[in-house]
Amino acid sequence: MPPRSEGPEELPISGDDDVVRVRQLVRTYAQDTKLSLVDQTKLVTAASELARNTLIYGGGGFARVEQVSDGRRAGVRASFHDEGPGIPDLTLALADGWSSGSGLGLGLSGARRLVDLFDLDTEVGRGTVVTVTKWKR
Amino acid sequence: MDQRVPILKIGGVLLVSIQIDLQDQSVLALQEDLAEKISATGAHGVVIDISAVEIVDSFIGRMFATIASISRLFDADTVVVGMRPAVAITLVELGLTLGGVRTALDLERGMKILEQLRTRDA
Repeated sequence: MPPRSEGPEELPISGDDDVVRVRQLVRTYAQDTKLSLVDQTKLVTAASELARNTLIYGGGGFARVEQVSDGRRAGVRASFHDEGPGIPDLTLALADGWSSGSGLGLGLSGARRLVDLFDLDTEVGRGTVVTVTKWKR
Repeated sequence: MDQRVPILKIGGVLLVSIQIDLQDQSVLALQEDLAEKISATGAHGVVIDISAVEIVDSFIGRMFATIASISRLFDADTVVVGMRPAVAITLVELGLTLGGVRTALDLERGMKILEQLRTRDA
């Protein structure tokens, strides 16, 4: 039986309530892909951090969510796109406790720990795309 | 869309039961509402019930610490109760230790802790 949601599906991120909508969309995909409750929670939490980054640091953008497979197992991939200022120092941005904003500095580094695959594509002046994947165990 | 979290008063304790998917504005509004309410009622304790909360990210986690600090300024203690196991596991992995925020398994134990703190301080 094919899952209800395969995607990809996109949602704009331009306000607070969009962060909530992205969380809900990612949860739907995680449930349909039958991730464990803990893995669902980890992925949704990571998505929440990243969607907020897109909004606050990227000046808004969009999220794309889809079901993926590596041939052996299914998973959920979520990517966060903005056309903001980009991240000049990646090492610093990925370090625990570092924040250019008002956060705890756990957004990027914390999100990375919560997922199986983490990819960050950024260019100063062009924008940032962060892609995360969680596999079904 | 302005969703506000209700604050209930039970004796000298304010109970905040979070039943909605919190957006950042609601979090900020709750902090303000709670400060007003503690100041107005002279409550000695605040219980934040998160048993219905499916995720706690760094923003929401920081809210607990902020509320605890604000309460402290009004001589009130804060206890966060009812955290789901999946949320606890995720918080630790995220790196959010909630240091300085008192937690309890459920509402009953949270109320008991606040009672003990009050008698000790008295």
